[in-house]
Amino acid sequence: MADGPVAEVLLRQLEAADGGLDSAELAAKLGVDHQAVVGAVKSLQALGEVIEAELRSTKRWELTAEGEEIAREGSHEARVFHSIPQEGLAQSELMRLSSGKVGFSKAMSNKWIRVDKSAADGPRVFRVVDNVDDEVQRRLQLVQGGQAEKLGEKERSELKKRKLLTEVTLKTYWVNKGSAFSTSISKQETELSPEMISSGSWRDRPFKPYNFLAHGVLPDSGHLHPLLKVRTQFRQIFLEMGFTEMPTDNFIESSFWNFDALFQPQQHPARDQHDTFFLRDPAEALQLPMDYVHRVKRTHSQGGYGSQGYKYTWKLEEARKNLLRTHTTSASARALYRLAQKKPFAPAKYFSIDRVFRNETLDATHLAEFHQIEGVVADHGLTLGHLMGVLREFFTKLGITQLRFKPAYNPYTEPSMEVFSYHQGLKKWVEVGNSGLFRPEMLLPMGLPENVSVIAWGLSLERPTMIKYGINNIRELVGHKVNLQMVYDSPLCRLDAEPGPPRTQGAV
Amino acid sequence: MPTVSVKRDLLFQALGRNYTDEEFDELCFEFGLELDEITSEKEIISKEQGNEKAEGASDVVLYKIDVPANRYDLLCLEGLVRGLQVFKERIKPPVYKRVMPNGEIQKLIITEETAKIRPYAVAAVLRNIKFTKDRYDSFIELQEKLHQNICRKRALVAIGTHDLDTLSGPFTYTAKRPSDIKFKPLNKTKEYTACELMNIYKTDNHLKHYLHIIENKPLYPVIYDSNGVILSMPPIINGNHSKITVNTRNVFIECTGTDFTKAKIVLDVIVTMFSEYCENQFTVEAAEVVFPNGKSYTFPELAYRKEIVRADLINKKVGIRETPENIAKLLTRMYLKSEVIGDGNQIEIEIPPTRADIIHACDIVEDAAIAYGYNNIQMTLPKTYTIANQFPLNKLTELLRHDMAAAGFTEALTFALCSQEDIADKLGLDISATKAVHISNPKTAEFQVARTTLLPGLLKTIAANRKMPLPLKLFEISDIVVKDSSRDVGARNYRHLCAVYYNKNPGFEIIHGLLDRIMQLLNVPPGEKKGGYVIKASEGPAFFPGRCAEIFARGQSIGKLGVLHPDVITKFELTMPCSSLEINIEPFL
Repeated sequence: MADGPVAEVLLRQLEAADGGLDSAELAAKLGVDHQAVVGAVKSLQALGEVIEAELRSTKRWELTAEGEEIAREGSHEARVFHSIPQEGLAQSELMRLSSGKVGFSKAMSNKWIRVDKSAADGPRVFRVVDNVDDEVQRRLQLVQGGQAEKLGEKERSELKKRKLLTEVTLKTYWVNKGSAFSTSISKQETELSPEMISSGSWRDRPFKPYNFLAHGVLPDSGHLHPLLKVRTQFRQIFLEMGFTEMPTDNFIESSFWNFDALFQPQQHPARDQHDTFFLRDPAEALQLPMDYVHRVKRTHSQGGYGSQGYKYTWKLEEARKNLLRTHTTSASARALYRLAQKKPFAPAKYFSIDRVFRNETLDATHLAEFHQIEGVVADHGLTLGHLMGVLREFFTKLGITQLRFKPAYNPYTEPSMEVFSYHQGLKKWVEVGNSGLFRPEMLLPMGLPENVSVIAWGLSLERPTMIKYGINNIRELVGHKVNLQMVYDSPLCRLDAEPGPPRTQGAV
Repeated sequence: MPTVSVKRDLLFQALGRNYTDEEFDELCFEFGLELDEITSEKEIISKEQGNEKAEGASDVVLYKIDVPANRYDLLCLEGLVRGLQVFKERIKPPVYKRVMPNGEIQKLIITEETAKIRPYAVAAVLRNIKFTKDRYDSFIELQEKLHQNICRKRALVAIGTHDLDTLSGPFTYTAKRPSDIKFKPLNKTKEYTACELMNIYKTDNHLKHYLHIIENKPLYPVIYDSNGVILSMPPIINGNHSKITVNTRNVFIECTGTDFTKAKIVLDVIVTMFSEYCENQFTVEAAEVVFPNGKSYTFPELAYRKEIVRADLINKKVGIRETPENIAKLLTRMYLKSEVIGDGNQIEIEIPPTRADIIHACDIVEDAAIAYGYNNIQMTLPKTYTIANQFPLNKLTELLRHDMAAAGFTEALTFALCSQEDIADKLGLDISATKAVHISNPKTAEFQVARTTLLPGLLKTIAANRKMPLPLKLFEISDIVVKDSSRDVGARNYRHLCAVYYNKNPGFEIIHGLLDRIMQLLNVPPGEKKGGYVIKASEGPAFFPGRCAEIFARGQSIGKLGVLHPDVITKFELTMPCSSLEINIEPFL
């Protein structure tokens, strides 16, 4: 069976036609609506190479309903003229005619008729000429006969202005035989059904080809957050390198562990209200390891362990002040302190990735909270060369191979080095992390052996993630203003693979 | 990190050679500086105030250089040049000398009234100095940089510099009632009392930041000369009388403060930097400071300290193998004059007064490494053998996250800090019932408390994503914080799991089903026996009456689930029904 009677006829006509046929002509010939022919063309096209169809658009002038009436019965003005007898007609009567109003003014301006306002029973209309030539009707009849081109541009636009003509665009197909032309096309099945399988009818059936250019239907699924996908990868890297995860589930920290234990002096700018969130309640830490606190106090105020110290009055009240930790190094300090209490000393490799808080000015790349990644190695005789070696391995796993190191200053590491990597896109060296050896003034009061060095490095989780996923505003990534579409669309996190273009769609 | 802005041409002239921008950038990197920006006054003004204002401004090229926060000796052109020239072995480090004056020594007497407000003062004299416009500008700029950094915005130390020829010692540093202090301050044409000045400066964009240091004190610090002329009212303003100009030849410097060590360092930095322009280069005239206890000290200290460090320690810490002689050479390039002594493995290092940052051998190790070149150090892997372990709570979290997503829920990441309203008022709770920790210095209401529940963050996430197709199914597994007096800091985190379902229908059965799934994943059977779980009708202000249940598992309450109260939905600017679930996952460790 062919795909409907029109398609069937079309194929037969096409077989007979030489050099193809026009869909509009065929519609006229068959006396069916042009759309029916178009539908047949499209359904045949879907079958593959049965026909070839080329879309053509032509412009054509057509009469409006009013235009058709005029072509048939003459223009309003002519009808007015003809309705006036020799002895004239009362104007009021004339106006009641269907063409009266329009026809009267046109016939007047054509000087075909005149009005005698002094007539006894009101104004009366008389013919002025004997015969009239109904030019409007003639022109419309020309258009009706498909000879619109015989009219001048001006004449056509005048008729258009009078709403008697309209220009229509007609989309037609020029249809030709295709390479697989046949007049006997059977209807194609769209999908395989259980009945076809059981009856075996699928063997005799043609199937409608799939459109492989169309998009599939995305599965209904949940999605992981892109930043936390990156976090998972960083955890994986540390675990691959044999690093043990430190507990960091304490956002609230005392100034002691956050600053003093790290040999960060009490007047350090980071301890300013402008940079750190302090707590009103609970305002102070309840317990501190007092023996250790005294060693820290002495090191700050007087020195010791080979240090000059900072030589200032160290205050316990200052150390007790609670805050939202400004770095996870406070957790590293706690972990190293615990390590120092274990005798004999056993080497350790630690890492953590968790939230830290800064009372900072917020902008497109800074929020009051972000995630810090930290790695720590404690062992006898570690060197700056070891630190650089570990960093090289770590960053290689991130897909970053070109590294260089810049001297820097951190209050609790010495020597310190900033890590730079060459950014292919920006064509410059960009800072990717900070690192160093923890100061002896931090380690020795904890009770770690003197020949134990601790190397450490840190970086933020957000920055590499923003680069990875091509995100410019951190608020689109972190916090409740996140763009969920971006979360839905984000690809797997494969840090060592080449970054692709960002794929988020509809991020309005 | 402080940024020092220097004129490029002046810098190259002082360095005795020209560099391309790239060459200079490279030199900075090696030395631990950062060439942050290349600009000009014109460019800066045009960027900040528009092209019109920049008309006629100087287009001399400026280098903005980031300096490490502990290197006060690099905060001006003079110091930068000296540091780099020594580093490149073009000059030997100068030796700074304190000398006694030919005539009488300048004296600064501290009275006991200062004890409660700003007890320390130090002083020195730069004799026969020759300023030019650029030198003078640099001198003023250095004081500003010191004030902003080591002086902690003048709170710890404040510097006053005076034309000594307009004054007559001895000087008195005392403290007086503000109404009793009256003088003509710098760049003003009439006299004001201290009270009046504090009012005037409230609108001064520069000085208003320092007023709080003394504002509420009964007595203000003030320095007089022997004729009763006021030199300064530290840490706010100097007197106009002793103002220094380009033509000043003898400068009296006083530093007052609350930190004696830092006051001495600041004085040392100023005099070592600018004694370069004195007739007797690198000499500083001493001044005597008499403390209230009668003890008298001579400043500046300009102390040279000797440290002895073994060469093998440096080699071992850096990971290099250099001879002691080479290491001594490396250190000398870092402004630390060093020589090999004793058994040939010991290096004696002289720490000059400019290097107050050197307080331990590790600081010396770093300088040796910098001079050696960080990027020349051989990278090696430590042999440290360890077995990795995950933190159990994070391990459980990671496993659950993946299965929550597999259950069709999408992960949110919301802030740990929020407003009181978010965790209390909007959920129909009183803030005192939340046990929340409170932040004392939030800049905005967004940072008043740490969250005690994850629910508000998820509801706000939905509110920000209302354009997304329904249903919205979100979850988060993260920490909340509550007060807990059994912990050392008086507060602790709990790891919570929260999920919400937002659609045209409340979908309680979906959230309930999610709970069943979570329990299945955690291997917790239904029922009260054998450590199973049950939900029991309950109520809570956040939930619609009769649509709330408490969740019990392993014999304890772990959270609640239910249909949210319409008031809660409205307060979070939502319009659809919503059900939620929030549990503590720590009992399942």
